[in-house]
Amino acid sequence: MSKFLNLVAGTALASTLIAAPALAEKYGLGRPALEEEVAAWDLDVAPDGTGLPEGSGNAYDGEEIFADYCGVCHGDFAEGVDNWPKLAGGADTLDHDDPLKTVGSYWPYLSTTFDYVRRSMPFGSAQTLSNDEVYAIVAYILFSNDLIDDEFELSKETFFDVEMPNAEGFILDDRTTSEAHFWTDTPCMEGCKDKVEITMRAAVLDVTPDEE
Amino acid sequence: MTMSFKGKPSRRAFLKGAVAAGGTLASASVAKAEADPLITEVQDWASYTGDGVDATPYGLPIEYEADVVRRNVEWLTADTISSINFTPIHALDGTITPQGCAFERHHSGAIELRKEDYRLMINGLVDTPLIFTYEDLERFPRENHVYFCECAANTGMEWAGAQLNGAQFTHGMIHNMEYSGVSLRTLLEEAGLDVAGDLKDKWVYVEGADASSNGRSIPMEKALDDVLVAFKANGEALRMEHGYPVRLVVPGWEGNMWVKWLRRIEVTDQAIESREETSKYTDTLEDGTSRKWTWVMDAKSVVTSPSPQSPIKHGKGPLVVTGLAWSGRGSITGVDVSLDGGMTWQEARLAAPGTDKALTRFYLDINWNGEEMFLQSRARDSSGYVQPTKAQLRDVRGLNSIYHNNCIQTWWVKSNGEAENVEVS
Repeated sequence: MSKFLNLVAGTALASTLIAAPALAEKYGLGRPALEEEVAAWDLDVAPDGTGLPEGSGNAYDGEEIFADYCGVCHGDFAEGVDNWPKLAGGADTLDHDDPLKTVGSYWPYLSTTFDYVRRSMPFGSAQTLSNDEVYAIVAYILFSNDLIDDEFELSKETFFDVEMPNAEGFILDDRTTSEAHFWTDTPCMEGCKDKVEITMRAAVLDVTPDEE
Repeated sequence: MTMSFKGKPSRRAFLKGAVAAGGTLASASVAKAEADPLITEVQDWASYTGDGVDATPYGLPIEYEADVVRRNVEWLTADTISSINFTPIHALDGTITPQGCAFERHHSGAIELRKEDYRLMINGLVDTPLIFTYEDLERFPRENHVYFCECAANTGMEWAGAQLNGAQFTHGMIHNMEYSGVSLRTLLEEAGLDVAGDLKDKWVYVEGADASSNGRSIPMEKALDDVLVAFKANGEALRMEHGYPVRLVVPGWEGNMWVKWLRRIEVTDQAIESREETSKYTDTLEDGTSRKWTWVMDAKSVVTSPSPQSPIKHGKGPLVVTGLAWSGRGSITGVDVSLDGGMTWQEARLAAPGTDKALTRFYLDINWNGEEMFLQSRARDSSGYVQPTKAQLRDVRGLNSIYHNNCIQTWWVKSNGEAENVEVS
């Protein structure tokens, strides 16, 4: 089994693997990164807010910015267009068939939304928004999910005033315990079941692309 | 040129034709048949000359293999820029996936990044933040390893039921290549990890240079174990669509972590919890809670032929049943094949002993009696894990997980040789 599962569980560590770097040989390759270079690329924002920039924005201002940059795919109300992601709605659907996973219903950390909008959006012109615009867009997405009002000024100071509904909705990979019965040295080879009947056919659904 | 035959019949027409022709062939072996003109008459290719060595500086497969290509499923995603396609595993053999037909998954499209414009930054909790050029990377000691790369969503469309009719579409989000590159450990040590202190709760955050800036957090223990910074695959430069000039290889772990166009490695004291490790690539269970950090790809296998896109055309008699098996937890130790939907199993022949986190080819050579079969395969790995049925997975996870579906696949092979993706009791 994965050694890392032990690490996550806080038990034994593979200490030999972890200990060696102090003795590592260096090759003298590469050059030191300059501060402004690191600043240009190191944009990620962590769940505890590390990396959040100065700036602020609210949903009132964000509505127009969202319509300009995001609405074509995500809809003016963050409801999604065609197959593009829906960013709002879906509250209390996670235990239903086909749950609707949105920023409001699913995303556990607000940092993820800010980080993603700032680094990866808008689709086709990423990293063109100002930090104030990103704050405003994130505020509008939160507003669309009824998580803040339209005057709430989102900034690094107010960031953790926002409660993400599904913050407690995640557990760490537990397959080695919840699926421990898949580890069996003696899989059935004969008489494993009495009969076999077809319960579903792909041809009936007919959604496979044609090869021609 | 002299060979002008281009009229490749469609697969379905070919199958129908083959079934009809099968009777003729069978009777031909009994009665005295007419001599085969392909043998008795001098063919063009046996008389005229072919292409010179300057005709194809870099070769593609011959035109008769033009249907062995990546395919996508249009309705899966909103557009093809942020989308996925599928390896034609039904038509391949052996274990190495040719780069030209190995599946692609992009979040903002495949980019053209010249080696000269390539920079790799290591920053965060390191003694000296560093910038490497492509040439710098080529000067570090190099390693070669064969690993599979499987998208966490492979077989994801099949959670709620049999849906896509073909191994390419149900299991084709996978490829297996020989990578050449530098161990991530070497690069981290070059930057120095003293300042990071106790490494057991540290992470590396890796990120790509494309517009999606796809980023993932990897625990330091994995980063220092077997992760590669790769620049060659199957002996040649990575293809653009696989991250040219440099990608990350994270053996046994979900493909999304294999960041392409790798541009930055940051040592951190926490997981960044980026979009691709929270809103995506997490597994929602029946009660609405979701598993995260489900990085390891569990043992899995599939019969690649016969299968819906690779029907039996030769009638009863000797038949090669073949497929692929793999495990992110180690090596494949065995594969069992069932012809009757899981009532009885027999051990398949591995083409070569399983190797760590790489594809294994299996064969079962049978004498097909021409009756319908419910073909299944079941992988076993070096951790003692046995590939579960879809029912077993659903019992634990429900229907909404999307990702990490490693269930046993069933092909209903009919007496006419056609095969269909089905679920069985």
